[in-house]
Amino acid sequence: MSTAAASTAWTKVRQQPSALARLFDNKAFLIVVCLLPAVGLLMTFLTYPLGLGVWLAFTDQTIGRPGVWIGIENFEFLFEDPIFWSAVFYSVFYTAVATVGKFALGLWLALLLNQHLPMKSLLRAIILLPWIVPTVLSAIAFWWIYDPQFSIISWALMEMGLRETPVDFINSPWSARWSLIAANIWRGIPFVAISLLAGLQTISPSLYEAALLDGASPWQRFRHITFPMLMPILAIVMTFSIIFTFTDFQLVYSITRGGPVNSTHLMATLAFQRGIPGGQLGEGAAIAVAMIPFLVFATLFSYFALARRKWQQGESND
Amino acid sequence: MSDVAASPGNTNTASAAPEQMAWDSKTRRVVLLYVPLACFLFILLFPFYWMTVTAFKPNAELYNFAEHNPLWISSPTLEHVYHLLFNTAYPKWLWTTMLVAVASTFLSLLASTLAAYAIQRLRFRGSQYVGLAIYLAYLVPPSILFIPLATMVVQLGLFDTPFALILTYPTFLIPFCTWLLIGYFKSIPYELEECALIDGATRLQILRQITLPLAVPGLISAGIFAFTLSWNEFIYALAFIQSSESKTVPVAILTELVTGDVYQWGALMAGSLLGSLPVAIFYSFFVDYYVSSLTGAVKE
Repeated sequence: MSTAAASTAWTKVRQQPSALARLFDNKAFLIVVCLLPAVGLLMTFLTYPLGLGVWLAFTDQTIGRPGVWIGIENFEFLFEDPIFWSAVFYSVFYTAVATVGKFALGLWLALLLNQHLPMKSLLRAIILLPWIVPTVLSAIAFWWIYDPQFSIISWALMEMGLRETPVDFINSPWSARWSLIAANIWRGIPFVAISLLAGLQTISPSLYEAALLDGASPWQRFRHITFPMLMPILAIVMTFSIIFTFTDFQLVYSITRGGPVNSTHLMATLAFQRGIPGGQLGEGAAIAVAMIPFLVFATLFSYFALARRKWQQGESND
Repeated sequence: MSDVAASPGNTNTASAAPEQMAWDSKTRRVVLLYVPLACFLFILLFPFYWMTVTAFKPNAELYNFAEHNPLWISSPTLEHVYHLLFNTAYPKWLWTTMLVAVASTFLSLLASTLAAYAIQRLRFRGSQYVGLAIYLAYLVPPSILFIPLATMVVQLGLFDTPFALILTYPTFLIPFCTWLLIGYFKSIPYELEECALIDGATRLQILRQITLPLAVPGLISAGIFAFTLSWNEFIYALAFIQSSESKTVPVAILTELVTGDVYQWGALMAGSLLGSLPVAIFYSFFVDYYVSSLTGAVKE
């Protein structure tokens, strides 16, 4: 801009913005407008249903008939119901085993990927695939892999002479439970591996050099450098993983639908079965509400037990 | 390639270095690194290979392991894909899924960009707590909400329409996108906006002409995540949609293609493959955004 133009602009009265523009310049108004869509949607379709769900758990509502308050009768009924307890047991078992498996294998994969490798980014892209593909669709592939007659795993084992008969994957309770856990671990590894890899890459190499000079063994380097430095990310990823494994629905529903004889019901699939096809909305809601204490406990545990280190060091939790 | 990595010039980068100093590396490296990595890759990718092989195998080969090696196709066929596209409502399901995914992604991106801007840039009293509340909303899983939501959807007259899904998907998309975008806005220098304010720009102009263009990579990654998550969604679509033709792909494959006791594995696998392709293609275009924002989101 030339000096002449600048000096004229200096004396010119600034053009007044229109009333609408001025309204949008009002900070309080702008804050409300900006937050309204997100907060409105979340309030209507998340907070309200959460409350409604808790209320439904204390009613006998069925599909097509509004419920009346029946106190804790739903919970009393569930307390006597062996299928409910088996679902609680399997949910806890499923979450515990799958989480341990996912994190052990995921951490191992992350450590492998953190080495010098050719085609690193391509590898990462491929490894994330199981996580990208819709769960139900890969679950159907697992269902086919677990087929009692035409399972490819059975075929391979029989070809190698390790077994005479096809493996029974999903037709008896315990083998079905383990097969589902295996499928869940398969799906969870990529996410854990890639997020832990991000954590690994933030660890400064100079720490390892110093440890090496002090004569630390590979295990000591892992135990005293890698692991503690990874803790904050591990805590967050684990919280998420535990919550979404505990409330898992898709995998079990696609592969076994809770069978054989209700042995693989998770709390979510049982809630669905009782609530939507069964029509007992109140009872389904009660099962769903019964998940909340477990979730709160898991969140608090993984957050405080694992992330403690972070705030002990006085870092700001920004 | 591994020779390059093992050369002394590279020893100052990453944690591979100590290994190389300690051992004569080559065999060790193969045993400790490439073999496990190959096993991981094999296990992670095998189901996709098996899915693809099954989708293009004629039925005669599919159920006869004695004469045909199941790992290979001797006479590939498009019969399952053909059956899927012309004898079922598959194209319609694909279209519904696409519509729902695009609409809910758009809605949540709009809402979460505004929310993230307000929380991170307008900075009001308690903005941190609003941010925290939105973050906590992500921890409420759909499995807890679907029963009360189903009653709401019926009451609102949205049952069995795509709107039921378009309006409910943002409940898990908005928290995630907002969280991601807050992190992204944080990385844009505040001074740019201050300069614009001093130059007399209105807040809306700043948002439209300065902040948003700079936040495009963040918007893209939030969009990809939202799209994939809504393509993946299952439980709401299962509970809120009843009529065959307005189902989404994951639900329809499981409820419409599984008929009776004899499963048509060829068609099921073809359906799964076709249903995974759009996300996989979409993903392959934006893979860098995806990985970096995933790692970025976790680091936050």
